[in-house]
Amino acid sequence: MIKIVSARLLQAVLVMVAVTAVAFVMFRFVGDPVSMMVREGASQAEKDALRVALGLDKSLAVQFGEFVWRVLHGNLGTSLRYQQPVTELLIARLPATLELVIVATILSLALGIPLGIISALKPNGILSRLIQSVTLIGVSMPTFVTGLLLILVFAVNLRWLPSSGRGDVVDLGFWQTGFLTASGLKSLILPSITLALFQLTLIMRLVRSEMIDVLSSDYIRFAFARGLSRRHIYGRLALRNTLMPVITVTGLQIGQLIAFAIVTETVFQWPGMGLLFTNAVGFPDIPVLAAYLLFVGLMFVLINMIVDVLYTFVDPRLRTKQ
Amino acid sequence: MTSRVFHRIQLPPVSVMIAGIVLVVILLLAIFTPLIAPIDPRNVSSYSLVDMEIPPVFMDGGDPRFLLGTDNQGRDLVSVILFGLRISILIGVGAVLLAASIGVALGSIAGYFGGIIDTVVMRVADVLVSFPTILVALLVSGIARAQLGPETVSTWAPVILILAIAVNEWVQYARTVRGSSMVEISRDYVRAAKVIGLPSGRIILRHILPNVMSSVMVIATLNLAGAILTEATLSFLGAGMPATYPSLGTLIRIGNEFLFSGLWWIAVMPAAVLVVLVLAVNVVGDYLRDRFNPKLMTN
Amino acid sequence: MENATPPVLDIRNLRVEYPLANGTLLVAVNDVDLTIQPGEIHALVGESGAGKTTVGNALMGLLQAPGRIASGSITIDGKPIDIRTGRTAGIVPGRDVGAIFQDPMTSLNPLFTVESQLCEGMLTHLKIGRREARARALELMKAVSIPEPERRLGSYPHQLSGGQRQRVVIATALACGPRLIVADEPTTALDVSVQAQILKLIRDLADERRVGVLLVTHNMGVVAEIADRVTIMQNGCLVESGLARDVLTAPKAPYARTLIAAVPPIDTRLERLPIPSEATRATLDAREAVRAKNTNTVAGRNGEAALTVRDLCVEYGQSSFMPGRKTSVFKAVKNVSFEVRRGEIFGLVGESGCGKTTVANTIAGLVKQSSGTIDFQGTSLAARREKSVRQSLQMVFQDPYSALNPRLRINAAIAEPILFYRLASNSAEARLDAETLLEAVGLPIEAGARFAHAFSGGQRQRIAIARSLGPRPSLLICDEPTSALDVSVQAQILNLLKDLRDLAGLSMLFISHDLAVIRQMCDRVAVMKAGEIVELADTETLFSAPAHDYTSELLRLAPSLDRILSREGRKATV
Repeated sequence: MIKIVSARLLQAVLVMVAVTAVAFVMFRFVGDPVSMMVREGASQAEKDALRVALGLDKSLAVQFGEFVWRVLHGNLGTSLRYQQPVTELLIARLPATLELVIVATILSLALGIPLGIISALKPNGILSRLIQSVTLIGVSMPTFVTGLLLILVFAVNLRWLPSSGRGDVVDLGFWQTGFLTASGLKSLILPSITLALFQLTLIMRLVRSEMIDVLSSDYIRFAFARGLSRRHIYGRLALRNTLMPVITVTGLQIGQLIAFAIVTETVFQWPGMGLLFTNAVGFPDIPVLAAYLLFVGLMFVLINMIVDVLYTFVDPRLRTKQ
Repeated sequence: MTSRVFHRIQLPPVSVMIAGIVLVVILLLAIFTPLIAPIDPRNVSSYSLVDMEIPPVFMDGGDPRFLLGTDNQGRDLVSVILFGLRISILIGVGAVLLAASIGVALGSIAGYFGGIIDTVVMRVADVLVSFPTILVALLVSGIARAQLGPETVSTWAPVILILAIAVNEWVQYARTVRGSSMVEISRDYVRAAKVIGLPSGRIILRHILPNVMSSVMVIATLNLAGAILTEATLSFLGAGMPATYPSLGTLIRIGNEFLFSGLWWIAVMPAAVLVVLVLAVNVVGDYLRDRFNPKLMTN
Repeated sequence: MENATPPVLDIRNLRVEYPLANGTLLVAVNDVDLTIQPGEIHALVGESGAGKTTVGNALMGLLQAPGRIASGSITIDGKPIDIRTGRTAGIVPGRDVGAIFQDPMTSLNPLFTVESQLCEGMLTHLKIGRREARARALELMKAVSIPEPERRLGSYPHQLSGGQRQRVVIATALACGPRLIVADEPTTALDVSVQAQILKLIRDLADERRVGVLLVTHNMGVVAEIADRVTIMQNGCLVESGLARDVLTAPKAPYARTLIAAVPPIDTRLERLPIPSEATRATLDAREAVRAKNTNTVAGRNGEAALTVRDLCVEYGQSSFMPGRKTSVFKAVKNVSFEVRRGEIFGLVGESGCGKTTVANTIAGLVKQSSGTIDFQGTSLAARREKSVRQSLQMVFQDPYSALNPRLRINAAIAEPILFYRLASNSAEARLDAETLLEAVGLPIEAGARFAHAFSGGQRQRIAIARSLGPRPSLLICDEPTSALDVSVQAQILNLLKDLRDLAGLSMLFISHDLAVIRQMCDRVAVMKAGEIVELADTETLFSAPAHDYTSELLRLAPSLDRILSREGRKATV
């Protein structure tokens, strides 16, 4: 157990170091930070002064050290586009993205797991084949196409739902939530469905394949040989064995979800971190890009650790000694 | 238990054959585009504003000259889409080839020799895999733009995109090949080859890789679908192919602006073609996976 | 003899079919009769494909689609099974029929405790509450002699040893008080010593509780150990049936005779196993060709050593993240010394985990030794060796199904080493050599053009042997070469190896866990336990007068046919 934890910690540290290094390289070398920050027609003297002020004349190791120090204190630089601290920008837009991601995850799990189970129990039934076909189409459609289609149908033609923005938000101090207003909830529907769709198909396929594996295992066969009821075998035994790897994969999928949030937010002009990122790519706003990288790295590391801990609780083979 | 293995050629199901035919048709269309396309969108004189915003032929106001309608510049959508299709496929295939080459090489070496090489490659892979391809590709694109300037990026867009996508995709090849290699290595025929005295390179090339390639084929096919989608997404977000040399994703981005004015076909037509292409690749890829290696779970 | 009590199991004219995808019909079980009385252990024996497992599946209702019971009747405790559904009114699997499968690790669900799995069945079938179920579970644990039963109830399957897991499985089978138990290869996955205990347990439980046991197995020794009656099947048909003692000592049907004759005896050594010879003209010619090419000199069985191993140690270390510091070291092989003389077959025997395979792998160069020397052909072997040394040392492995590259044609696979060592001047010549070898091992030339998947386990092993002879080695290491094969096939391969040894002038290092096989094959034997050699002697000496306690113990526990004669008399059940 200790070994697993320490291995994970080591990997976490490795990832963060690698990510920080890349972020540092981006900050320092990509483009010329000085030219990007200084106004048009600045003199060489002004540029040199700025260089010293930014600490760009010190040795690389020192610069990296200072960079890490700043990052640990929450200073992620200043956005070239907005001329605001990146950290502020990220925090301001975090609630929007998180709410979207949470709703999408709940949707995809709530639909994906049951549908996956159904298609595994009767792999050749009509319902299963239907589900498979829909899954296939879902995987073949890029997120933005789904979003566009939904906008076309529900916003342009039927005019039931808004096509962009977040609606009205209620300010809870540190968090602005769209859950508490009608327009906020309405605005949430299309984007969360769009975001959920890809995740949904993935979960369905995963659950189906895991369940089929479990159902053909020896202990399930043994359970049948002991005359246990179908409901018990499927509902309690098979499900428990199936859901374990599903937990892990779902956790690890959060990374994918963040990526697709970028696209969804862009399609729906949802004011979250994803939209910030897209705009930063086009500008290009290097500090924002680097900060996003750090953020995603941190998310990955955190979620991995949570998933691992969860796993040790659920799988007795990891909990107890031989 | 005696295993009775029947090795007859079994025909794939109808849906897969249809998908296969669709793919072949699309491929032919893409190859022969310059000959087939009614107009060349890059040639400004081949179209005019007079023909702008004409709906597809099956709607009111349609014109049989323009089967799928025209865009806001008067360009025939069929031609525009064909050229876009071409570049989409090109980048997708290019990315897959690059990723597969890197991945197979690294994966087989890591799997066979194990030890420090294996650890290093796998650690790098672990770090990379935590970042979704889109994110990495966007980052690469942004960095390229900042470092090289927008004009260079425009000119070199296909190459940059191929690199941007491959940089993250090679990992799944490497992991699969490494995993399969390790399985094959534990099999007695590889141990027999070692005892016989064959050198490592020969064992890898002649014994292990051929047995691993079937998994690689499956991944490559499904990866192609993913690569095409990634490129389309990048272009849609503005970080991919420019409007002067648009891929299907770029076309959808451009068409997006006209959704509200009722000119839905400018965005929907390229989108439909994109989906059909990716769907066909996925159907074939799924079939290959079920046939050759049902245990393969690809993303 | 008429019985007052009805038989626990009565199968008549059973026929099980599998309609195949290509339209043909596979008859897995053809007109089989079988009866089991209360308290009787009835062994159902046969080689792979005989249909014995299918019979067991059929009566438990576990036939996998598209298999179906086409005709016949199965009656359990007087109640007939509805052959369409595989179930009967009143007969419930789990409650009236208990099951014991081969591999206890995969039979038990890794995520649930022993207690929960024991109680599951009881709560489902018997109308009792949790508390009572738990009390019964404890009783069962004691009945199967698990140490510390109270504590073990809360354990998970992976925390128990293989033998303990199988005891738990037996307990689950007995949980609801069934009349019949179907045991499908219950001891095949276990070590010899554990095997004996489990078999005794089954015997005792059958006697005490008067349950009938259908024991499905391919191992004759197991049959001799505990069965009252035996039925032999081949290709779905019933070949012979009767009292175990009668069938095993004096089989009547030809197949039965061949099968019993193929079982390697542990009490005497035979020159060859007495099965029909399969040598055709082509085979004999090919073998002569092999003999002619043989450049190994066999200076009598008492000549110099071909291979000398001195103080061999192999350690596996688990390196922590800090290189240079090992957190735990496992000594797989500790100071092993022996020599293999020219032309002899030297045996290494022991239970799983004793290190015999590690020794073989180290000599073959697959594993690095930690210390000690291996002398072969005048040079000291290390992991890196010269080409000529590698050429002379070849190996045959245990699993025939992974021994051949599925993508190479057989000809190419055999010819590859021949070409590599330049023993033929071009590929056409190499191919001819390959064909000669194929015939020498008893396969037709046409086999060379095909791929591995076209062949059975025994045939694949022959091909692997042919391939190993290509480089004309002087030492052949055989690592459990017949453990995965059927009894009759095993006999053929063992005879083949002996013949080839004479023809090609080979010395052999023969690894096995099966004492009977060792007795048949080897001139001298070393017994290994926990990484060390505990006894090394001539075969005859070792088997007739073992010096070490462990050896005696192994000999005592090894299941063998002769056991049938030495079993104490018991009450006649029929």
